[in-house]
Amino acid sequence: MKQARIAFEGRVQQAWEDNGKLRLADGRRVEETEVVWLPPVTPGTILALGLNYADHAAEIASKAPEEPMVFLKGANTLVGHRAFTPRPVDATNMHYECELAIVVGKPARNVAKADAYDYIAGYTVANDYAVRNYLEGFYRPNFRIKSRDNCTPIGPWLVDAADIPDPMNLRLTTRVNGETTQEGSTKDMIFDVPFLIEYFSGFMTLRPGDVILTGTPKGTVNVMPGDEVVTEIEGIGALHNTIIERKP
Amino acid sequence: MTSVTLRPGGPLLSGAVYGCLLNVQEELDRLGDAINEAPYNGAPTGPVMYVKTPNTQIAAGEPVPIPADVDQVRVGATLGVVIKNTLTRASADQARAAIAGYTLVNDVTVPHESLFRQPLKQKCRDGFCPIGPNLVDAADLPDPDGLTVRALVNGECRQQWRLAELVRPVATLLADLSDYTSLYPGDLILVGVSPDAPLAGAGDTVAVEIDGLGRLENPLVREGENAR
Repeated sequence: MKQARIAFEGRVQQAWEDNGKLRLADGRRVEETEVVWLPPVTPGTILALGLNYADHAAEIASKAPEEPMVFLKGANTLVGHRAFTPRPVDATNMHYECELAIVVGKPARNVAKADAYDYIAGYTVANDYAVRNYLEGFYRPNFRIKSRDNCTPIGPWLVDAADIPDPMNLRLTTRVNGETTQEGSTKDMIFDVPFLIEYFSGFMTLRPGDVILTGTPKGTVNVMPGDEVVTEIEGIGALHNTIIERKP
Repeated sequence: MTSVTLRPGGPLLSGAVYGCLLNVQEELDRLGDAINEAPYNGAPTGPVMYVKTPNTQIAAGEPVPIPADVDQVRVGATLGVVIKNTLTRASADQARAAIAGYTLVNDVTVPHESLFRQPLKQKCRDGFCPIGPNLVDAADLPDPDGLTVRALVNGECRQQWRLAELVRPVATLLADLSDYTSLYPGDLILVGVSPDAPLAGAGDTVAVEIDGLGRLENPLVREGENAR
């Protein structure tokens, strides 16, 4: 089952995917362009992985990490499907990052890899934009590059874990203005989904609704105002976002 | 003096909790030339923020569990600023007007030398962010930058520092951060921690004090030994 959080007819509602349309709780079916899409989850904690695909690590760093390279971001960053992301005028390289997002289903502390999937509610797609020229050297990646307002589109759907029997074999694709610019597979993650649940729950309690962004493969390229960026993961969804200019 | 009890996750404290590194002049001074060397490669241009995740947030009096792999922690005594109105790309004056009030925070931290990566294992353990006990109305503390912060271990004052030493005073910090990270009602910002924050371990009782804000006291217990 695929569910969404939307704003429609003056209120926030839950809705479900139904043959290319959205089904509301009262049974009506509406077009996806008739509603405002909100982030499908409202996480307390947003964990994110850097350099979690060997090919992307080679693209921006000298070597792959031996331990997960992890950072946190605030809920201020999240926007839903079909939203807009501002590009600062002094950005020289602002790139998308198509990522599988894990949504935690129940409190998790000291969970073994073998049990990890029992703690996952589902999956969604995230686009973890970075303004690469804002990267600095303290507690990096610093907020200015990665915890920016509206710079983490997420959605469209929260897809039940039960519907994704093998999250470690899904195709990731990013298209900019219809042209494919990034392709990869979750099977190439350095630290896979069960490992990450064990790793994080080994030092902190994960809570229902918490989100883990699992990193991106190679193929991250600069985008400009007006560009339409679609990050898609097989079986999870296609997340649309449009770049706009950030007003000085 | 108007103050109300503050409860993590309650209506007054419903959002993000952000801390700030290198916002005390002495922290910067001690880095010295290292700030320009690898891996830092230069002074930060904006406030260096980090997240204290919801699993860290506990109320006054609750035990802080010290995990098995941790010997001692630093008692990160600081001022917490609670937001009442949304701040996006705000001026310092707008930021000042958006402050609901102030509270005490203990930014419990596993000592770490490198400031290169975000310190999740050092700062985001369960219970590593005692907050409270009260929210004191901003109108009752018109000049927080003149206050003194004290860190206590087992009732003895081990450190005191003045908020006048902040690199970015409270309103400037909020304004600068809001350039790219909006602050929302119920968010809490820790203004910084001075170097030489005292060490403490399981069995100790730690506290944070600021005149006018009272005392935030929590026992440290070995993880697994507090049945809650």
